[in-house]
Amino acid sequence: MATSTTTSAPEAAVEPPAQTGEPAISLEDVTKSFRSGSETVTAVTGVDLTIGTGEFFSLLGPSGCGKTTTMRMIAGFEEPTSGTVRLDGRDVTGVPANHRDVNMVFQSYALFPHMNIADNVAFGLRRRGVAKAEIRTRVADMLDLVELGHRAKHRPSQLSGGQQQRVALARALVNQPGALLLDEPLGALDLKLRQSMQVELKRIQREVGITFVYVTHDQGEALTMSDRIAVMNHGRVEQLGTPAEIYERPATRFVADFIGTSNLLTGVVWDRSGGEPWRVEVGDGATALAAELPDTAEAGGEVHLTVRPEKVHIGVAEPEGAVSRVPGTVTETVYLGSATHYQVDIGSDQQVTVFQQNASGSGLVAERGERVWLSWLPEHSYALSD
Amino acid sequence: MSNRKTTPYVLVLPAWVWLAMFFVVPIGGMLSLSLTTGNVVTGFQQTFEVGNYVEAVATYWEQIVRSLFYGGCATLLCIAIGYPMAYWIAFRGGAHKSTYLLLILLPFFVSFVLRTISWRFLLADNGVVLGTLKSVGLLPSDAAVLNSSPAVILGLAYNFLPFMVLPIYAVLERMDPRMVEAAHDLYAGRVQAFLRVILPVSLPGVFAGVLMTFIPTSSDYVNSSVLGGTHNTMIGNVIQTQYLVNNNYPIASAITFVLMGLLLVGIFSYARALGTERVMEVHT
Repeated sequence: MATSTTTSAPEAAVEPPAQTGEPAISLEDVTKSFRSGSETVTAVTGVDLTIGTGEFFSLLGPSGCGKTTTMRMIAGFEEPTSGTVRLDGRDVTGVPANHRDVNMVFQSYALFPHMNIADNVAFGLRRRGVAKAEIRTRVADMLDLVELGHRAKHRPSQLSGGQQQRVALARALVNQPGALLLDEPLGALDLKLRQSMQVELKRIQREVGITFVYVTHDQGEALTMSDRIAVMNHGRVEQLGTPAEIYERPATRFVADFIGTSNLLTGVVWDRSGGEPWRVEVGDGATALAAELPDTAEAGGEVHLTVRPEKVHIGVAEPEGAVSRVPGTVTETVYLGSATHYQVDIGSDQQVTVFQQNASGSGLVAERGERVWLSWLPEHSYALSD
Repeated sequence: MSNRKTTPYVLVLPAWVWLAMFFVVPIGGMLSLSLTTGNVVTGFQQTFEVGNYVEAVATYWEQIVRSLFYGGCATLLCIAIGYPMAYWIAFRGGAHKSTYLLLILLPFFVSFVLRTISWRFLLADNGVVLGTLKSVGLLPSDAAVLNSSPAVILGLAYNFLPFMVLPIYAVLERMDPRMVEAAHDLYAGRVQAFLRVILPVSLPGVFAGVLMTFIPTSSDYVNSSVLGGTHNTMIGNVIQTQYLVNNNYPIASAITFVLMGLLLVGIFSYARALGTERVMEVHT
């Protein structure tokens, strides 16, 4: 009983993880294949990831992209076909889930229906043989942290979806794991609750300082909460970076398309001799300027440029200065109050979406069918790799 | 408006009529019969003779106790065999789950009595099993299983096994596999995950299985008459003889109600011991 010392202050319930200098989680060239009947399906291919201690890290991608399989390999529910999984620098490949210092929050919550909330939360501590008095304090502190102290004696079935979600979180966090794995934890909640839980999760992560690995297909969620995001597609990491990097500088067509709204323009490189910025012909003889082009791009070759809708300026007069300038015809206008969305046809079957803030209050810049000029700064458009 | 109110009652009417005709009326008739005196020739008079119950218990307490004991043993055997079966099909059955379930139910396409009689051949003193074991010297030449308590218990367990497997399977099959993973994630090994999560969550299935095996096995008379010989008669055999051979309807009815009362008391105390709330609760 008296083997452990406990403090009553709630913030002491969860101590920051010990700094070992090693990354909390690292995956080295991890591949996972499943056998499905006679054929082999590869869910994850050659993933390398290093997740720092205390980081809020998201795995983002459409369903079937391998993000959940990647997380399940960190948790120990799946073993990689090849590659190495390390937790705090220690090779845990082949170590079963119950011997790994990570805990998971399941999309379905997976609460134990035959136990009350307090027993659910105490489950992991009891398996580890923590002293009874300490379990009581830590469970109570954790339930306070997720604001469910008054519900300790209720069964999971008596709680709302959002409350069950917080129990699942408490049940994992109370063990003070080296990392917390969250598999689409807000997927089953309605929009309003999801938004408030995003803020709540971020607050809890800041308070406990534990590494969070967050699996989601919701780009908004990933952008709002994460320190860094790995965008996955077809079992590979397409891009790894901070939310701003991923939004502002998508590396591939997939990322540009998946994150937010992007205009993808196909054009022909005008020349490579005139120094930067490069000139690319898009649409009907219009010129776009790009800050950089890949080394493989040659004069006369085809490239894909992207530019975010809010970076494009729309006007009736031809713009002046060193900007990309593209003429076109307005095909659709959508008035949203704070902003107006325009669809502009620039020829060659290419459409450009423009988001214009209604700052001046002077109404529409152009009506449907009107000829307009689109322009943007060279540094706002990039060539994408496939 | 009134139409909408009466529709549900009209719809359940056939069920009520059925229950009244085939449950309430026969039970009431038998209750009154158990309190009569007389015989088939002179007729039965409603004398409210409580002595019938005293006589029933005093004369046949041995068979009553034996029946509950056999039923209990057969039920335990069904749990011991049926739970692993249900577990294996639910968690390891893969794409062939329904094939395995069909295999369990397949013997039921043959008549209950025929199936029981075929055990006589299997367990005969020089039959397939005992004969082979005797010929290789594993059993003494006078070893016998037929006409003994184990033979009856084996027969009962065999005949009612599916009633244990199916309800347990139904609970295990719809269990969220993530819940078992959660137990592992929270440092439970395979044994702890089973004892702390899988088993308690599947208890309602075990409870249903126990009801569906203990009640029919302890009142069965086919197995004991086919496999048990003369010294292992169960209360079902007594009721059958009193009704159909001796035509002693009052005693037969009295024994029936004693058995029914004992089973009800047994079941309710069993439910209480497990925790009614836990047993009756439907987990989703």
